Amino acid sequence: MNAPVNPKKLIKGGLHDWEVVIGMEIHAQVTSRSKLFSGAPTAFGAEPNAHVSLVDAAMPGMLPVINEECVAQAIRTGLGLKAKINLRSVFDRKNYFYPDLPQGYQISQYKDPIVGEGEVLVDLADGESITVGIERLHLEQDAGKSLHDQSPNQSFVDLNRSGVALMEIVSRPDLRSSEEARAYVTKLRTILRYLGTCDGDMEKGNLRADVNVSVRRPGEPLGTRCEIKNVNSIRFIGQAIETEARRQIAILEDGGKIDQETRLFDPGKGETRSMRSKEEAHDYRYFPDPDLLPLEFEQAYVDGLAGGLPELPDAKKARFVSEFGLSAYDAGVLVAERASADYYEAVAKGRDGKAAANWVINELFGRLNKEGRGIEETPVSAAQLGAIIDLIGEGVISGKIAKDLFEIVWTEGGDPRQIVEARGLKQVTDTGAIEAAIDAIIAQNPDKVTQAKEKPTLLGWFVGQTMKATGGKANPAAVNALLKSKLGIE
Amino acid sequence: MTELNELTLAEARDGLRAKDFSARELAQAHIAALEKARALNAYLLETPDRALAMAEVSDAKIAKGEGRPLEGLPLGIKDLFCTHGVVTTAGSKILEGFEPHYESAVTHNLWRDGAVMLGKLNLDEFAMGSSNETSAYGNVISPWRRNGSDAPIVPGGSSGGSAAAVAAHLCLGATATDTGGSIRQPAAFTGTVGIKPTYGRCSRWGTVAFASSLDQAGPIARTVRDCAILLGSMAGPDARDTTCVDLPVPDFEAAVSRGVKGLTIGIPKEYRVDGMPAEIQRLWDQGAEWLRAAGAEIREISLPNTRYALPAYYIVAPAEASSNLARYDGVRYGLRVPGKDIVGMYENTRAAGFGREVKRRIMIGTYVLSAGYYDAYYVRAQKIRTLIKRDFEAVYAAGVDAILTPATPSSAFAIGEKASADPVEMYLNDVFTVTVNMAGLPGIAVPAGLDAQGLPLGLQLIGRPFDEETLFATAQAIEDAAGRMSLPRAWWA
Amino acid sequence: MSVDAQTVRRIAHLARIAVSEADVAPLQGELNAILAFVEQLGAVDVANVEPMTSVTPMAMKKRADVITDGDRAQEVVANAPETEDHYFIVPKVVE
Ligand SMILES: [Mg+2]
Ligand SMILES: [Zn+2]
Repeated sequence: MNAPVNPKKLIKGGLHDWEVVIGMEIHAQVTSRSKLFSGAPTAFGAEPNAHVSLVDAAMPGMLPVINEECVAQAIRTGLGLKAKINLRSVFDRKNYFYPDLPQGYQISQYKDPIVGEGEVLVDLADGESITVGIERLHLEQDAGKSLHDQSPNQSFVDLNRSGVALMEIVSRPDLRSSEEARAYVTKLRTILRYLGTCDGDMEKGNLRADVNVSVRRPGEPLGTRCEIKNVNSIRFIGQAIETEARRQIAILEDGGKIDQETRLFDPGKGETRSMRSKEEAHDYRYFPDPDLLPLEFEQAYVDGLAGGLPELPDAKKARFVSEFGLSAYDAGVLVAERASADYYEAVAKGRDGKAAANWVINELFGRLNKEGRGIEETPVSAAQLGAIIDLIGEGVISGKIAKDLFEIVWTEGGDPRQIVEARGLKQVTDTGAIEAAIDAIIAQNPDKVTQAKEKPTLLGWFVGQTMKATGGKANPAAVNALLKSKLGIE
Repeated sequence: MTELNELTLAEARDGLRAKDFSARELAQAHIAALEKARALNAYLLETPDRALAMAEVSDAKIAKGEGRPLEGLPLGIKDLFCTHGVVTTAGSKILEGFEPHYESAVTHNLWRDGAVMLGKLNLDEFAMGSSNETSAYGNVISPWRRNGSDAPIVPGGSSGGSAAAVAAHLCLGATATDTGGSIRQPAAFTGTVGIKPTYGRCSRWGTVAFASSLDQAGPIARTVRDCAILLGSMAGPDARDTTCVDLPVPDFEAAVSRGVKGLTIGIPKEYRVDGMPAEIQRLWDQGAEWLRAAGAEIREISLPNTRYALPAYYIVAPAEASSNLARYDGVRYGLRVPGKDIVGMYENTRAAGFGREVKRRIMIGTYVLSAGYYDAYYVRAQKIRTLIKRDFEAVYAAGVDAILTPATPSSAFAIGEKASADPVEMYLNDVFTVTVNMAGLPGIAVPAGLDAQGLPLGLQLIGRPFDEETLFATAQAIEDAAGRMSLPRAWWA
Repeated sequence: MSVDAQTVRRIAHLARIAVSEADVAPLQGELNAILAFVEQLGAVDVANVEPMTSVTPMAMKKRADVITDGDRAQEVVANAPETEDHYFIVPKVVE
């Protein structure tokens, strides 16, 4: 927590430099078919109250029964965060009144969570990396949803989300900039998606962050923090932190003091504001839920789940660097999504890893980004891209033709080898044909030939002309060799 | 000849099997009896049409030789059990008109076995009370009266409607629930038998919750055997209640005739409380003597933490209740009283919907869980629960099979007699029964005699966890020795 | 411990029960009677005693992750004091 202060991360105020201290509570919706304590579906987008059981609606006499898959998912996540798994945990009731909280309490874990301390390794853009401490992870119920804009004096309550399992992942206040905070959430999301324990869909609210922000002069004790509730995009997390830190700095430099409170980030106005409704001091009266027994399992159960975990991004990245000779940066880009990493590995298998990485990152990702598509929606399969790379390696096509070929496969599909054959895209290695083309160019540009003898860099111009004349199919090596000898360049 | 509604449940069962009478006739006899007994206010809702329809199904089953264990036996249902399509109020204004779209596990089991529903029985609001005076729908009047007096007497509570209906022959048996004594105390007050089984023996699914860690369903009936028959049907595993055990249900009826030879019965000295009426002490001694005469060994035992059970209960039960009753907020069902905003709506709804005792308990529960008091009250009370349970474990480990105590510190009192400003006076009714709930043990109340005013008195037997069979065997020995309680003649009809 | 009138009001608000001014004093008396009664628990030595979490020692039952409920919106809202299009309607909530 008291790592040496990095001066680059300080915020310049009017009077002093300030250090911002950030901790986060992430609510991640557990991937499961049914809810944490009922058999109603978790799927998004149903008709109002269609995904609600009598338990979720808190009908009199209804009782919770825990979904074993949600427990397994929490343990998997804990293992992915290198955290301590508690073989005994307890469900508590957090009591408060709210129309979308039908029981009048949320079943959560307070004193004894299922997962204890862990950590997340976060890579930053400048190649630096930081370790963010995880304080705990606990299971709890989501609340329902109140719609306030349907009528001027009424709210509409839909309980479809009520009772869906959430993992609340609490970090230590180890983050020192909005960039670090964004990178942390990004990394956490990547880990959850690798594990398959949360889809990380922030648009649907399946991953939301409560961000605790305080500022202090470097070396001073922690300042008073404000909690910014329910920030639902990584970009907004960054903006909310910047905005809130500057607000606090302005107050402190004015000689004021920070009130500990809950605030809401308004991205439209670019400001945070106090949440009046939450201002009232809460007294949640936590106590162990008497409808549920303590949650207990054996270490062998945890070990079994650990054995079934996929390779996680840190390990995969390290392996890509050592196995395929990639740069840490490229490996990091490839492992950011499990599907991308899998795609890359399928392409790289039995081929040159670096070439494969270049194609995947530059051509494929570039093209996908341009169209706003994810790796799952790529029209070019790993096998097709692999075939294109093979055709280059075999000298059948040039790199330039390969890009055209990629475009054909992208839009029309098909077997790259057959396309090359059918459309005559093979590169010309017949020196006679290339020679004829070069001779024609030399004859038409005597002045350039003269210049080239003094300025050998003009060779490139001749190469370009030759390629143009041969429709890009001339073998570049052959072109180079012939030009050099004919122009007399060494 | 005895009227059909005056048969015991076992006699009625056997008569139906022998085709001495039909299920329809049996149901009609009960419907006629309860219509004449409305002055007792035992039933909140009569369901005669449903009863007759169910009886007809039973007659058809019996005719085909497909009779189920409780085929055609008319029962009353405490209005704490949710019944599909039949209004369920928990004795509270806040649930007035509430019609569940589900059937409680316990009543479902009874209908599965062929029983017939006569209606829903009155109770203390949310089962919070010891006299049935907290019901939002008026108190129940006991069929019993003091000698030479027609002052109305309480039937006990919270299962006061159940106990009164059974005692007045308005059903063959009734469902009840017990959180601190709510089966055993009204059974003792009305000369009926009531058993609270081990916590986890009956599913709590679909029964309106009062205090989750203490609530248990059980039957009230006129004989030990009848209780055994009913419990055998009500009990059983249920995947929908995490606290309900996955144990097979023993043949409780068979256990009734086991006898007590060779059993060791403990007499806890701590139950000899200050100011206990002499006739209660005499009855207790008499009970021990009966069991000795029937072949049991009587041993004095010590349960040193007994005196802390009641105060600890009045922390644990209200704490759980304050949270369990938070769902009654006027949003999804039940009463709604408008307010200036959502908070005002909550506050007005709950102020109007809950009665005084319920509000008092919610407030005490809210207080003991609130910041700064949780450890001093709730955690300490739960630690004391551990000590209370250890007391029992120690005597059972030392070879005691069951424990004999008085069921209540007095006989029934008159309506309004304990309406003082000090709620604790009423709470003391549960002083002998509440330890059993705190330790999750089974307990049975069985009639043992009348006091000088002619009101019934009961004895309580406390058993090992999941050993209700020994309780039935031992209670039968008391019933045999004391003679079946002769119930009051129908002054109300 | 005992409660004062202000505490009675605070608890009533926490419990969302409207209490009229006239009711505060009697409630205070009743609550204090109960608190006085439970006071004796302070005398018990509970050092090294585990608080009871479940009265019956058993493993918690769990459900398999299968969909067994839902698609009953009409039943869910059937008893609601106010409902529209299967939503529960409440007085406007200000966030
Ligand atoms: Mg939480
Ligand atoms: Zn229905």
